Parts: sequence; C-alpha cells; structure tokens
Amino acid sequence: MSTELETLIGRPWRRPPLIRRVWLRWLLGIGGAVYLVAAIASIEVDWARVWIGLDRGAQFVLAFTNPDFMSRWSDIWAGMLESIVMTVAASVVGIAISIPIGLGAASNLAPVPVYLICRGIIALSRALQEIIVAILLVAIFGFGPLAGFLTLSFATIGFLSKLLAEDIESMDRSQAEAVRATGAGWWQWINYGVQPQVMPRLIGLSMYRIDINFRESAILGLVGAGGIGATLNTAFDRYEYDTAAAILILIIVIVMALEYLSGIVRARVQ
Amino acid sequence: MPVNNTPDGPVWRQRTQAQSLLHWAGWLLGTAVFVVCWQQISDATTWFFVWDAPRIAGDIWTRATPPRWEYIAQLGRPIWDTINIATLGTLLALFLAVPVAFLAARNTTPSALFVRPVALLVIVSTRSINSLIWALLLIAIIGPGVFAGIMAIAIRSIGFCAKLLYEAIEEIDQRQVEAITATGASRWQVMAYGIVPQIMPAFAGIAVFRWDINIRESTVLGLVGAGGIGLQLSSSLNTLAWPQVSLILLVILVAVVISEWVSAKIRGAII
Repeated sequence: MSTELETLIGRPWRRPPLIRRVWLRWLLGIGGAVYLVAAIASIEVDWARVWIGLDRGAQFVLAFTNPDFMSRWSDIWAGMLESIVMTVAASVVGIAISIPIGLGAASNLAPVPVYLICRGIIALSRALQEIIVAILLVAIFGFGPLAGFLTLSFATIGFLSKLLAEDIESMDRSQAEAVRATGAGWWQWINYGVQPQVMPRLIGLSMYRIDINFRESAILGLVGAGGIGATLNTAFDRYEYDTAAAILILIIVIVMALEYLSGIVRARVQ
Repeated sequence: MPVNNTPDGPVWRQRTQAQSLLHWAGWLLGTAVFVVCWQQISDATTWFFVWDAPRIAGDIWTRATPPRWEYIAQLGRPIWDTINIATLGTLLALFLAVPVAFLAARNTTPSALFVRPVALLVIVSTRSINSLIWALLLIAIIGPGVFAGIMAIAIRSIGFCAKLLYEAIEEIDQRQVEAITATGASRWQVMAYGIVPQIMPAFAGIAVFRWDINIRESTVLGLVGAGGIGLQLSSSLNTLAWPQVSLILLVILVAVVISEWVSAKIRGAII
C-alpha cells in the first residue's frame, strides 16, 4: 500500500476547498472582508427616516390588495398605449437593422473592415445605458415617444446583433459550404446556408427583446421619452400608491403575458 | 409535399395554398400594426424639433467638449458609492435568491402546489419591474440615498438570479443526489453535498453576470435620487453644465467597460 493512502486512512474526509491555492484563498477572503467593512461603513443610513417610511411601505403593500385602476384610467391608458406603441415600432425597426449588422459582425462572413465597424456599433450600443441614451435623445429631439422609440431601437441593435453574430459564428460550417458548392451566389448562400440555421434562435431572441423593450419603455418616461413611466412617476410623487400599484400590476401582467407568448413561440420554432 | 401543377409537370413549393395565404395575411397584419404604431409616434412628435435636431446636436457637442477634467476630483466618492450599490446589492440579492430558487425548483420545492407558485410569483414580479422603478418606490419609503439604491438593485436582482439558479437546480444530475441520499444523509446534508456542488459553477457565473449588469444599472439610479454617480449626472444636466455631463458619461463608459472585462475574466476562469 502506498504511503499516501496510509496517511489518509483513519482520517475523516474533508470537503476540498473552493480555491486550491492557500495564499490566494486568504488574500481573497481578507480582501473581501476589508472591502465589505469599508463599503458598509461608508453607507449612511438614517434609521429614523427608514422607521418613519416603513409606515408608508406598509401602505404601499396594502395598496396592492386594493389597486385603483379607475380614477386615473385615462392617463394610465394613454401611457400604456404609448409604451406598447413604442415597443412595437422600436422592436420592428431594431430587429430589421440588427440583422445586417449581425451579419457584418460575424467574423466568418464579413471582411475585416466591415467586421470592425459593426463590432464598434455593437460595443457603443451595449456600453451606453438606455436611460442615458434617452436623456441625450430627449435633449436633441425634444420630449415625446420619438426619443423613446429611437432609444429602444438603438438598444435593440446592440443586444440582437451581438447574439446573432455569435450564433452565426458558431453555426455548422459544412451546411453552408454544401450550399456554396452548388454554385450559389452570396445572397443565396446567406438565404439557404446560413439563415435556416440561425432562424430559430433569432426568433427566440427577438421575442425576448420585445419583452425587454416593453420593460424598458416603462422607465423611459422618467426622463421624458414617452410611455407609462411619466404617469408612474407622477403617481409616486403624489403618494397615490393605489394608482402606482395599479400601473405596476398592469406592467407585471403584460410582461408575464409576453413571456408566456414568447415561450410558446420559442417552443414552436425550436 | 405541396406542389404547383403546371403544364410541364409538378413544381415543388415550400407551402400549400392555405399556408401561404395565412403567411401573407400574417405579414399584412404585422405591417399594418407597425404602420399604425408609427402613425401614433409621428402624431405625438413635434417634427420641427426633429428637423432642427442636427443643429441642436452640434450645439450640445460644442458645449460638451472638451470635458471639464478638473471635475473628476469630485467624482471619486460617487464612483465608490456606485460600486458599493452594485456589489452590496448583488450580495444581498444572492442571499435572498438562493432560498427562493430552492423553493421554485421542481425537484427541491417542499410543495409544488402551494410554495412553488408563490416563489415563481416573487421571481416574475421582481424581475418585470426595472430597478429605477424600485428605486423610485424605495425612495418614497425609506428616503433618498445609497441605501435605497442598494435595496432597489437587490430587489430587482432577486428575480433574475433566482430564475437562472432554479433552472440550474432543475438540470442537476439526479443520480448524485440519490447517492448521497442512499448514505442516509438528512435533507440538509443532501442539499449541501448532493446539490450545492453541482450548481456552484452556475451560481458563481450568475453572480458575476448580474454584478456586471448591476454596475450599469447603478450608474443611473442617482437620476431618481438613489445615490451614486447618477446624482452628479442629474445635477449637471439640471444646471446645463454640459462639460461635466460629458466627463461623467466618459467615466460611466470606462466603468462599464472595466466591469464587463472583469466579469468576462472571472467567468472565463470559472467555466
């Protein structure tokens, strides 16, 4: 019997540590602890204010049991409609633009200059937060749903093109080559060799993005870019929790419906 | 197989007559919906401002450049706050998401009939509401500040983390769990030695992924008063201090790029 086994026999088993290197484990542990202490120490919490606010919190939670859809219904309806309109228009335009950019950002399809330009557009769109883009666009185009529509379209491009490009890059090359071997032109190659492979995922991602766009459209109103956000903000500012609860319930219901729908669509195409 | 009967014999086609009609109707409906939506947006837009937009954009650009570099001295604290909001918010969210995920996963929930729907409701409702809205709400309740930001990020992230985590739990290898159970382990021991080691990589991946997203989200939470660099952004915007705005946007961009790089590195190391 080996001596290694000898020393192990009779000792209870111990779970192997998550990080094997001892010094790294200690460094990460102590560093994390120091950071946590410093971070928590730097937060100023006014507990008296929190205590007073808990009352309001309870009111808000109670408002969910008794949401008030009626007294501000016309505002809620107009805001919701605007959110939905922005979502639909921005999703259509965003998806339509992100397909060519996605093709251009796939390294196995596009020549290097096109690839770099498309990747640059994607990086820019992903790095800028929706709400920041919305602020700039509101400053440029004025208040209203157009700024929201442009913001959502721009954000859709970054999201969808990146994932589409990754999907194209990981596709099955032999199928595409088989189409090419029949003497297909570039368009035919894309249409018959590439598109059928990425279509299920593209549809799934598009559905998911519609879902995200609706959720985002609910906050764009905070900076004046149209949608339900403005109504919601006003409701909070006026402490009309029952109306705010009604709006939040509507948002949750619509998101749930969209998720359910996208689940069905994805199950069908895959 | 759908074919067209022509004088020269049958020709293959992709769809039957009924299918292609349905397809066409679907496209027509979709286009009509889009046109109606566009009409709505167009009606609500002051087109004069849009035609004027290039001039305005150029104007803002000349005002915003060059950024006011000295202002960076005042951004240290807000950046620290922003990172804290994201990190502590993520930690709190993970702390809360783990039990929710175990209650929501089909193979670990104590009761699929009563507990699981509640856990799923928690996941859906926290996930569908943006962190900015949570921040608005929490500011009304607990007052403005970093604490409200942390709570907003934490609540928003519960649903996200719990959803990914419970999907990971449902995909575990059941044989390992059975093996641990066969040794006579208790319910908690099965969890600690049979389930947790299997979901640990997924858990770490989710944590880092969400942290990255939370850095982005916490940069704008200040717009509604929940602390962090967004507060400076909002006050600079309100005073039309465009050189400060451009500097803050640059700082946010750098922070986002760094956080994405870090999270990609860590995820690469884990998986």
